[in-house]
Amino acid sequence: MYYVVTIATLVTMALALGRALLGPTIYDRLLAANMFGTKTVLLLSVVAFLSGRPDFLDLALVYALINFIGVIAVLEFIRVRAQNAVSETSAGE
Amino acid sequence: MAMTIDIISWVLLSLGGAFVFIGGLGALRMPNLYSRIHAASLTDTMGAVLIIGGIMLQAGATLATIKLAAILLFLLVTSPTASNALASAAILSGLHPDEGKVEQWTRPK
Repeated sequence: MYYVVTIATLVTMALALGRALLGPTIYDRLLAANMFGTKTVLLLSVVAFLSGRPDFLDLALVYALINFIGVIAVLEFIRVRAQNAVSETSAGE
Repeated sequence: MAMTIDIISWVLLSLGGAFVFIGGLGALRMPNLYSRIHAASLTDTMGAVLIIGGIMLQAGATLATIKLAAILLFLLVTSPTASNALASAAILSGLHPDEGKVEQWTRPK
């Protein structure tokens, strides 16, 4: 049964990669990256029990932290850039 | 008793796999950025709860269960936060929810 969850997670990661490649805007790609990270955490947790090595859970925990910080950092960067662009255009008018 | 816990945990794992797959399908196939965020974020949370809950039942009362609880707690806090930040950044950058190929999903006037 672990195999079913592993395969479902892997297929979902492939779908998220497809959205990251297709995505018309940068937010689609970020959504796909965030989704990919969450699914990686789930995959690591399941593989830890599939292979009988609970040490992988530490990796999953660290990966969750890094993924969240990465997504928030990129979003903050984009948000600041968008606000600067808006204030520049309004100043130009 | 062990049989019952096994069955409950397998059901949770299967449901979690189904949720995760549906979320991936929605994120790939939905017509609009905001509907894609909706599909991805909701199934992220539900799938994580179901899958990690199923694994916790399999692990029993060990240290692994505590680590899994920490992972689950962290995912439950961070995943909606990231989705909210993503949607608000998209709104701030001027991407309105009506744009995109949304007209094929709305009622004709």
